This record gives sequence, structure tokens and C-alpha cells, in this order.
Amino acid sequence: MSAAAEERNARAPWALTAPALMLFVGVLLIPLAMTVMLSFHDWGQYKGIEPVFILKNWREIATDPYYAEMFWRTFRVAILTTVLTAVLGAPEAYILNRMSGRWKSIFLLVILGPLLISVVARTLGWALLFGGNNGLVNKLLMSAGLIRSPIPFMFTETGMVVALAHVMMPFMVLSVWAALQRLDPQIENAALSLGAGPITIIRRIIMPQIMPGVLSGAIIVFSLSASAFATPAIIGGRRLKVAATLAYDEFLNTLNWPLGAAVATLLLVALVLIVVGSNALIERRYAEVFR
Amino acid sequence: MAYLELDRVAKQFGAQTVVDDFSLAVGKGEFISFLGPSGCGKTTTLQMIAGFLDPTRGAIRLEDKDLTAIHPAKRGLGIVFQSYALFPHMTAAENVAFGLEMRKVTRSERTERVRAALAMVGLAGFEDRHPRRMSGGQQQRVALARALVIKPSVLLLDEPLSNLDAKLREEMQIELRQIQRTIGTTTILVTHDQNEAMSLSDRIVVMSQGKIEQIGTPQETYEKPASAFVSQFLGKTNDFAATIDRTATPARLAAGSWSAPAPAGLSGPVTVSIRPERIGFGDAGLNAKIVTRIFQGNHWLFQCDSECGPAIVIRQNDGERQPAEGEAVRLTWRPQDMSVRGVA
Amino acid sequence: MRRNGPLALIFHTIFVIVMVAPILVVCLVAFTPEGFLSLPTNGFSLRWFRAIANYPEFIHAFWVSLGLGALSSFVALLFAVPAALAIARYRFRGRDALAALFLSPLMIPHVVLGIAFLRFFTSAGLSGSFAALIIAHVIIVFPFALRLTLAAATGMDLSVEMAAVSLGAGGWTLFRRVTLPLILPGVISGWALAFIQSFDDLTMTVFLAAPGTETLPVRMFLYIQDNIDPLVTSVSACVIAITMTALILLDRFYGLDRVLAGKGDTGR
Repeated sequence: MSAAAEERNARAPWALTAPALMLFVGVLLIPLAMTVMLSFHDWGQYKGIEPVFILKNWREIATDPYYAEMFWRTFRVAILTTVLTAVLGAPEAYILNRMSGRWKSIFLLVILGPLLISVVARTLGWALLFGGNNGLVNKLLMSAGLIRSPIPFMFTETGMVVALAHVMMPFMVLSVWAALQRLDPQIENAALSLGAGPITIIRRIIMPQIMPGVLSGAIIVFSLSASAFATPAIIGGRRLKVAATLAYDEFLNTLNWPLGAAVATLLLVALVLIVVGSNALIERRYAEVFR
Repeated sequence: MAYLELDRVAKQFGAQTVVDDFSLAVGKGEFISFLGPSGCGKTTTLQMIAGFLDPTRGAIRLEDKDLTAIHPAKRGLGIVFQSYALFPHMTAAENVAFGLEMRKVTRSERTERVRAALAMVGLAGFEDRHPRRMSGGQQQRVALARALVIKPSVLLLDEPLSNLDAKLREEMQIELRQIQRTIGTTTILVTHDQNEAMSLSDRIVVMSQGKIEQIGTPQETYEKPASAFVSQFLGKTNDFAATIDRTATPARLAAGSWSAPAPAGLSGPVTVSIRPERIGFGDAGLNAKIVTRIFQGNHWLFQCDSECGPAIVIRQNDGERQPAEGEAVRLTWRPQDMSVRGVA
Repeated sequence: MRRNGPLALIFHTIFVIVMVAPILVVCLVAFTPEGFLSLPTNGFSLRWFRAIANYPEFIHAFWVSLGLGALSSFVALLFAVPAALAIARYRFRGRDALAALFLSPLMIPHVVLGIAFLRFFTSAGLSGSFAALIIAHVIIVFPFALRLTLAAATGMDLSVEMAAVSLGAGGWTLFRRVTLPLILPGVISGWALAFIQSFDDLTMTVFLAAPGTETLPVRMFLYIQDNIDPLVTSVSACVIAITMTALILLDRFYGLDRVLAGKGDTGR
């Protein structure tokens, strides 16, 4: 290669990525840095935002049990949602994968389609289904004899988890589905020919192989649930706050931007740590098996 | 008495008949190949023996017991899949041990048999390796060990060598044959590779479009193909249009300027098949002109334009002078080297 | 052989019903003749669909959403296509870091992005403007535009380009006549996915929108905050119907699996 061509090759990638890089530095990294800065500013009812460097907001979050409770609720709801999607979504993906061509694509569309429908509309649907003590869900559960007295869904964590699980379910199904596609189509036959029964095949052959899919689906669902806004806002109402709805309140109702920025920063840092950490763990755990 | 018997087995998917009227008796310890192009029904037949598919009609019997009534997990057959279908989350040893575990073999016996099976396929020392960290050939060996360790009544091989490169495939063919001879397991191999079928099997079942074309030893199927399909599928061949004239005495068979005493039976228009390596250049015989001459190391390949259409001739590279391109030649062969079929 | 047992089918049926129920109930309630939220037990009525006409904010918001989605996805592609080509073709220092940066909006909660942009645009004097919405949406849809373009560019046979060069094409002609047509399917699905993301976003946009620049999800959300009446269900039903139509068209002409595959293993 000539020296000129070599130089062109060294410069080309930077020339091509420069516009996007400038965009990201200018309108993503700088705003994020400003938000972190903002969390150290002072705020008062009458004086507004004061650009000073103090730890007041962070101290308030650390000491006031209200925030601890709110963050704990945020993560509790996210964990329960994740578990629910995994427990229901993984078997559904497996069942779906065993269906014949036409039914498979129809039901895949039915289950993944909601992904493209506005979250507000889907959550509104749950609000209608829950609808107080004689909502449709309670009526159904009671007439099926599963519960004796109505369960409160609206303005409770239970309702939040159910609606969130519905919103997040397509991600889990897709993730497990992708893992199932990587399976050798003859793998079940191989196990069968060696004398394994259906339960053994699922437990010993299928489960271990789709586990990475379940886990990566779980990471997606967890991080999306922990930062979800629309569903907790509509189902949880004004009292049952999670991190995203609290930050929204501080910004647009109370107007205490520095405190809202601190809540948001904490949410971001916690999520990044959890996601990066669990990704690394999964990769290490499965490196031997899945390259 | 037949060890494994397929009695007029057929398989239909909807209106489509994939396998039809398939009858075969396999002797104990025999090595049988199902040979045919893709879509000929050979894999479907194998899957019916394995129990992954149920035959639409017909019976499959193993030692006179109805095999189709037995759940695939209880058939005790060893299967090597085209993709190997190894369990990627288990080590080589765990893969091989799986079938023994299902049979509740004690841990100590299991360890011993797994070790022996892996040693037999030349993988001693690879026990703790995961399949994805092994080469294609090694994975193939693990799959073979996994199928053999359960001491299967029949070993079913579904295109086991097709994912290997040419050199490795040849090595594995030899090894497979040796292993099968040593342990004497009745084996059925599905393949589309005629060389593989010939070098491995005792008998070949040539299939086309769901039907059996011919059952015979490799030599029989190669030298006495029962149909045009078989002669075309098993190696290169020359098919010439010929006629048998019974009015002459003695009756004669003539293909262009080549002629010989006619065999008994047929008369009128026929097709004669001659393998390219059985044709020689002589002073009398079919008129032809050399179109191209290709040197291939141990032999020469000639493409000729003859009275009866295009012809291929293969001559050993024995150091003699060979005809040049454009040269006029006469093609000749011994009557016993050709097979004659009536025109369908 | 590999069939689902009766238990599996029962599970599947319940699963599908639960997945569809909330969407179905919204559509049904939209047809109620009553003045309050209820299932249309006494006949169907279109009064709440007609009511949308008397509430121009929803119609305006719909056009804002449509324009915002189309424009921001297009702008994102202008930045993403060259970046994708660079990442697919060259091995240069900082390549992985750049790719991570470009995909980072997937990792950052949208509420955090909303706050960051609100803060940023307020100090830049752009708060509540359509321009601010476009810029913010370009950032959140960028990863989707990038990934599908990247997949197409990575899968492209480079020797085709070399052949074109050997025939005398170069620079812009090479890009316009050879490279772009080859990666176009990826670029189009990148645009479609980006559009969907932009059209659906509530969490970030709710921080940035002002009266006049409210998108449809924002308008709907704010409406629900104040009062829940059947109007919001009829608007939702319209959105669902439009989405379904788009889905079916997309599936017919392009293959939905290709678009959804891009959305699949990411997140937002």
C-alpha cells in the first residue's frame, strides 16, 4: 500500500465519524455533565437555583428515609417484574418455538406487536382492567375461585408489577426466542435417542442453553423497569412514587431541579453499575460454553 | 434371519409421498448405506427408524419386535447427527456420559466406559473440553463416542462426515470403518456422497424420489447399475443409444460403428452404459474426435465428440503417448464392461 | 414428535389472552355510548371518536409526533450512515469506544436524558422548541439507526465496491451508485425502527414538550393525569389502529422480523 493510501485509511474513519461524534459530545455528554453538576447546586423556594457546589441534595437523599424507601420500591418493582417476565416469558418462547410455521408467525406477531403500541395506551388498558374493586380482573379471579376478596391493583405495587410485566414481556420473549434459534434443531432428538424423557430434556438440555438468553432478557427488563415512567405514573398514581416519577415531580411540579438531578444521577449510576456488572458476570460464567 | 427389517415402509407429509414402499432386510453387524441426492427420502427413512417420525404405512422390526411401538427414548439406537447435535453446555465427557446417566449406570462404571469410548475415537485427554472449543473432526468423534457408549443395537449415521473438509473426511471414513469392524455394531449410514457409501458399506441402498432404485454391494451397484439413475449417480458414466438386431445371425448389438454379439433377452433400441475408465482407444469401434484433453496427475481425462454423442474417457497415465486434442480416434470396450438396459 | 402438549397449549392460550386483553379493552371502551369509562354493553357508539374532532390538541399532537419522528429519524441517519461505514470497515484506535458511545442512549434511562436535555436547552434558550425536540430525538433514535445500518454495512461484500472502483467509480458516485443501494434495506429498516422509537417516546419528551410542541403520547399522558374519560380510549384506539396498519404493511412489504430483530436485544 502506498504511503498516501495508508494515510487516507488512517484518516477516513475519523472523517466519517466526526459529525456523529461532535453531535454526541455537544448534545449528550455536555448535557449529562451539566445534570451531574446541577445535582450539586443549591435551590430555594424563592431564590431558585444557585450555582454553588454543595452536597445538600445528596445528603438529603442519603438521610431522608423517604428516598431510601422510594429507591427500594423502584428496585423491588423492577426485580419482581423481571422475575415475572422470565417465569412466564421463557416457557412461552419455548412453546412458540415448537409451533408450526404459520401459527408461529401469527402468535409471534401477537406477542411482539404490543412492543410497537404506545406504552400509554397499553397502561391505560390495565387501568381499565383493574378499575377499582369491581374491575374486570378482580371479577374474573373471584368467579374463577382463585381469590375470595378483591385484590387492590390500582395505586399498588402489585398493579405496577403486573402492568410493567405486560409492557416488558416482548423483550423477554424476544431474548429467549433468539437463544432458542441458536439451538441445534436436532438437539432434542439427540437427547431423546440417548434415552432422556421430556422433563429431563427441558431441565438438562434446553434450560442450560437458553439461560444466557433469559439473563440478557432479564437485564433489559430490569433496567427498563427500574427507569420506567409512564406505567408507574398511571398505575401508581401520585402517592406511590418511583425514581422516574419522583424526578419528574421535582422538575415539573416542585421545580427543585437540583434535587431531581441528584435522584436522576443516582438512578443512572446505579443502573449502569448493575447492568455492566451483571453483563460481565454472565459473560464470565458462560465464556467457556458460548463463544 | 434379518436383524433389522423394514417392510414396505412409506411416509407421507400431507399429499406428498416422501418415502414409498421401502423394504429392506439388514443382517446383524452389516454396514448399510442409504445413498441418494438430497430430498430422496433417505433421511426421512432414518428418522423413522430412529422414531422421530412415524411411518404412514408399513412396519419396522428389530429382532422381530415391532420398533414403531417403542418410544424413541427407549429404542436404544445410537445416532450421529449431521450437525453432531452435541450438548454445547457439557464437556466431551459429560456429553458421552449423558446416555449412560439416563440408563442409571453407576458413577464408577460410567467414568470407565466414557474414558474407554473417548479413547476408542482417539480423544483420550479431551474429556474436559467443551464442544465449541473442539475442531469439527473432534466434535464428530465425540458424537460417535456418545452414540456408541450406550452399546446401541443399531448405529444410525446421518451424513456424519459432510461437514468435514475433504482430507479429514477420508481419514474419518477409514477410522469409522475400522471402529465398526471392531465392535461389529449394525450400522446404517445416510449419505449423498457415493465415494463415502462405496468405501464404507457392505451394501448400498440407492434411493431416488422416495423409492429404492437398487440394493447391492458397492461393486454391483457400480458395475451393474439397475437403472439410468444409478449409473449416473454412482460416478461418471457414458450412456450410448444402441440397437439389438435379432434378424442377423448371430444377433448383434451395435452402437454406431461399435458392435458385439448381442446379450440374451432384449431387442430393438437399448441403452448401453460404459464407465469412462473401461473405454480404450483402438483401431476399430466408435468414431470420435478428442475435444479436450485434461491432465490429472495419475490419469488423463478426454472429452470426445462421438457418433453417439459426447463421451468421456479416462486413461491411466502409464507413460504411453496419448491422442492430442482434435485427433480422430476409435473408442472400444469389452462387452462384459458394459451394462445394457432397455429403453424405457 | 416436537409437539406442544395440552398443558403447554392451555398456558399459551392464557398468555396470549393476557397479552391482548389490555389492548382489546381500550379499543372496546372507545365504542361506549356512555359518558364515563365502561364497556359498551348497551350498543356501540362512535360519539367518542367524533369527540376527537372537538379536541384539536390531540390532532395537532399527532402531526407533531409524525413530523418529529420522520425528521429526527432522517437526521439521525445522516449522522449514522457515515459512522456505520467507518465502524464496519476500519479497524482504528478508539473504534470500540466510539461504538459504545453511539449506543449509549440505549443504556441511559430516558428520564435522565429528559432531565439532561431540559437543563441543556433551558440554558441554551431553546426550551420547549420543536428544534430542541428534534435534537433530543436524534440522540435517542441514533442507536437504532446505527445498528441496522451497521449490520447491513458489515454484511456487505467489499469486493463489489472494489469491482466498481476498478471500473472507474469513485467518491460520491461510488457511494450513491453502489454502496448506498446495497445497504439501503438496512438503512430503511433503521429509519422505520427509529421512527417507531421517536413516535412512542413519552418519558424523555414529557420533560421537553411545551404547549404547541406536545407529542401525542405526551398529550395523552397529560390528559390522563387530569381526567380519565372515554376520549383518551378512542384516541388510543386510533393510535392502535394506525400502528396495526403500519405493522401489517411493513410485514407485507418488508418482513416484520427484520425490523423487530433490531429492537429485540437492546432495550428501549
